[in-house]
Order: sequence, then C-alpha cells, then structure tokens
Amino acid sequence: MSALPPAAAGSAAHTGGYVADPRIRWQEWLPWVLAVAAFFGAPDYLSLGARILIFILFALSLDLILGYAGIITLGHSAFFGVGAYVAGILGAKLGVTDPLVQLAAAAAAAGVLGVVTGAIILRTTGLTLLMLTLAITLVFLEIANKATSITGGADGLAGVVVAPVLGLFRFDLYGKTAYLYSLAVLFVGWWLVRRLIYSPFGASLTGIRENAVRMHAVGAPVYARMVAVYAISATLAGIAGALLTQTHQFVGLNVLGLEPSGELLIMLILGGVGRIYGAFVGPFVYLIAQDYLAKQFPEYWYFGIGLILVLVVLFARGGILGIVDAALARLRRPSA
Amino acid sequence: MNAILETRALCKSFGALVVADNVEFRLAPGARHALIGPNGAGKTTLLNLITGRIEPTSGEILLGGEPITGLRPAARVKRGLGRTFQINTLFRQLPVIDNVALAIAERDGVAGGMFRPASRQRAVIEEALALLATLGLADDARARVADLPYGKQRLVEIAIALGLKPKVLLLDEPAAGVPSLESHRILEVLDGLPRDIAILIIEHDMDLVFRFAQRITVLSQGAVLTEGTPAEIGANEAVRQVYLGERHG
Repeated sequence: MSALPPAAAGSAAHTGGYVADPRIRWQEWLPWVLAVAAFFGAPDYLSLGARILIFILFALSLDLILGYAGIITLGHSAFFGVGAYVAGILGAKLGVTDPLVQLAAAAAAAGVLGVVTGAIILRTTGLTLLMLTLAITLVFLEIANKATSITGGADGLAGVVVAPVLGLFRFDLYGKTAYLYSLAVLFVGWWLVRRLIYSPFGASLTGIRENAVRMHAVGAPVYARMVAVYAISATLAGIAGALLTQTHQFVGLNVLGLEPSGELLIMLILGGVGRIYGAFVGPFVYLIAQDYLAKQFPEYWYFGIGLILVLVVLFARGGILGIVDAALARLRRPSA
Repeated sequence: MNAILETRALCKSFGALVVADNVEFRLAPGARHALIGPNGAGKTTLLNLITGRIEPTSGEILLGGEPITGLRPAARVKRGLGRTFQINTLFRQLPVIDNVALAIAERDGVAGGMFRPASRQRAVIEEALALLATLGLADDARARVADLPYGKQRLVEIAIALGLKPKVLLLDEPAAGVPSLESHRILEVLDGLPRDIAILIIEHDMDLVFRFAQRITVLSQGAVLTEGTPAEIGANEAVRQVYLGERHG
C-alpha cells in the first residue's frame, strides 16, 4: 500500500496528522487568486477554465482516497459519470432544472453508490481491487450505452435544462456563470477535503495507508473508515460530474469507463499525489497542454501527454509539486 | 487468583499440522510472564490466537474472565489487549508522535472525528508526548519513524501498544534485531512499565527473559511443556533437552 512516494514533511505537501498546523498558509490562496484573475484576464477561455475547475474537484476526490487512504482505483469515473447522468436526466427528462437540486441529487446518488460498491470491493486489495473498480465503471458505461431511452446511449443526452443558479445567474454563452459557479462549488469541496485531511479521521486514513495491520492492532475500524472515505470521495466525484453536465448542458458516454479514470489518474500523478494541491496543478497543466497540443498537433497530441507522463514517472515521482518541493528545499538549505 | 488472560484447551491445526495443542495458559494480573520455546514451538501462533489474527480450531480464550474467542481483533483491543510485533509494524513515514497519537485517539474514541483538526486534540497530543517522554523518546517526537535508528523504532513499537493503555500487553520479541549493547535500553523500558499491566513477553534473548520475567512458560511443538519461576525453568532437565536438542539437532 505504500507504493506511493513519501510526501515530504512540511513544504507544499499536506500530510495532516497530529502535529501539522491546520491553518491555511498564504500560498494556498494562490490558486484562488489565479482563478479570479483568469476570470477577468482570460474571458475567452472561461469554458476551458470551468472544465479545469471541474477536473480539479474530480482529482481532489481521487487524491482523498488514493493519496491519503491509499486506495488505488481505475474506476473513479463511475461516480463522476453517475453524477453527470443524474444531473442530465433530471434536467433533460424529468424537468428538475434547479442546478443546486441537480447537484444534490447527483451527490446523493454517487454517495450511495460509493457506500454500496465500497462496502463490497474494499474487502479486497491490490490488483483484485483495481480490477473490481474498473469492472464497476465498465458496468455503468454499458448501462448508459444500452439504456438509450433514458441516457441517449451513444448519442448522449442533449438539451439538459439548467435553471439560473439561485434563480439569479443564468448560464450564459460566454461561460461566465459556469466558471464562477464551478469555482464556488470547488471552493466548498476544497475546504471540506482540507478539513477532512487535517482531522483525526484524515490522520487515521494516513495510518491505514502506511500500515493497515497496525491500525487493526490499535483497534481502528479500518474497513468502516475506508468505506466512509470512499463514499465521501464518490460524492465529490459525483458533484464534479454533475457540474460537467450543467456547464455543457450535455452528457455523453465519455464520462464513464476506463478513459476518464485513467486520464484523471494521469492528472493527479502529474500534479503530485497525497498533497491536496497536486490535484490543482495536475488538471491545470494537463488540460491546458491538451488544449494547446490538440490545436497544434491534432493527430499527435497524445504523444506530448505521454511524454510528460513518462518524464514525471521517471524523474519526478512526487509530480510537479514534488519538483517544486525539491527546488524549495535546495533554496532553503544554507549555500553549501 | 483470577487470571486476567486465560486460554482453555486451546487448539489450532492446519490440516494434520498441530500448531497449538491443548494449550492451558494463565496470566495473572500485573504479571511479568515470559513465553519461551525453540523455533516453531508455536509462540507466535499462540499470540495470534490470543489477539484474534487467527481463529482457534477449538478451545476458549478469556480476557478478564470473559470469553473473547469469537471477537474480532479490534474488539479485543478495545477490551484491553495490546500487542507489539516481532517485525516492526509502524507508520514509517509519519512522525513518532503520530504513531502514538493514532493509538491514543482510537482508545479515546476521537479518531473518527472529521471536522476539528487533529492538532487541536490537546489531550491526545499531551498524553502522547508524556508517553514518549517516559520511554526517552521526547526529543524524537517530531522525527519520522523511518529516520530513527532501529533500536528506537523498537521502542516506538512498544509506545504504540502502551498508548492503548492495555490491561494485558503481549510483547513479541521486543529486542529482536537490537544489538546486545542496546538491548539493556529495552530492558530498562520494560522494567519501567506500569505494574498494573500484565505483560506476556516472547523473547529469544534468555538474558532478558531471566532478568525480566517472574514466571516462564515453555512451549514445545505447540504444547505447554512446563511452567515455573526462572529458577525452576533454569534447572529443568526437560527444558534443557528441548533447547539443546533444537540447537544440536
């Protein structure tokens, strides 16, 4: 379970625990400042921006289980996808158009699914667990593919109606509302995740990741804690999925299956696992690189992404933030 | 006298292989008791049976007079059964204090809290620091376990178990792998443990066993060979046979 790179103490890593200072450091406001600055400074890129914010929330949910609890998964898209389809079906088929109601329904559906599937699969570990997570998202992909009358099948579900947020802010063509709405939801999600990581519960997750045998031996309800964090993570992923549907007013099969799960893993590993802000840096770099490379080299852009990933895995196991950490540590060391 | 920990006719076999053979064992409250025997005698098996990592084929285990035979390991811990591991089983990447605080928080029932920061659990942290101080680890509280010398890691192993405030503490070779120059430190710590904890120690270092234990049980081939004071065991011919037979055979 400890195949993950050890998070460096202090620095940019947020390891939680009993001696970690839980106060928010000034650097942690940077992403928010940047996000607000981007809103004013890059009005043409707001739809890409919203997409980045949504994937940050999705990556954050994965970091919680992978980086902290050490649960490895290839099926996190199951929750993202279910959240996306719940919001989509509500808005396109059932006439439930309030965005916050859609969000809550998606969160609840994904959370329940997290409890149910978590309770079954978290009794296993390693490769078995990995295959089971993959199987679950593939099952949902197949359901979404076959249940065309509800999901639209391979054509996707268009015409998702989303009412103005709080009855005030209409989703506009330029993506302003979508961007700020996603940003607000991400902010709440980030705050909750951060709180959780610095809590005793969060510390016990790290304990489970580091040594499950010992956690059993100190009387910890290891399995119950894993199911709990899995469900919380699933809920956040479901919210991220619903956001994607709402901001696109469309949902298609690409939210389920191996591909979005794999992409998400790549984003998180790229940014850095088990440190909160890896989930911010990863999607930001990945999606911008994807956007740029796809425009420049429409046929070869995956090569660029692959190259970045190979470099990170070979030379920077802690991801981009790991590199930043190492650089800062070198700067701080008295010149030797 | 009522035993704090007791096994009655405890048996465990894997197919034809009998690893615990009708073990009748009693640990008195506050005892300093050692379990010895040659390799493969079933010492660790007995420990695993008592802690619930493996289920007995038949027989009963009682803690404080109440049967715990079918209980899960975590439930036995809650009832006051603590253990350490022969091979370090620590949270290596975490600071020493977190290793202990995780145990204390579980015991206090505050480990599942999701909202208040862990660093605000003052009672847990202060107790952890006090415990580390009694083991001479106060200066290492913030160090990562993985960065500690091995001997100190063995002490953290004990510290985690003590964090549970157990009624019964099972020590699985606490000095295993510790150079003999440093093993006196382990013995000091063991001697300093609260007298109300009943301690059962498995140890190969006979020096340590005879200095620490007031009673010794000898296991051989899964069964209790004999039990007595260190003097009695030292003079026991059957015990010598078992050990010498093992060493020269």
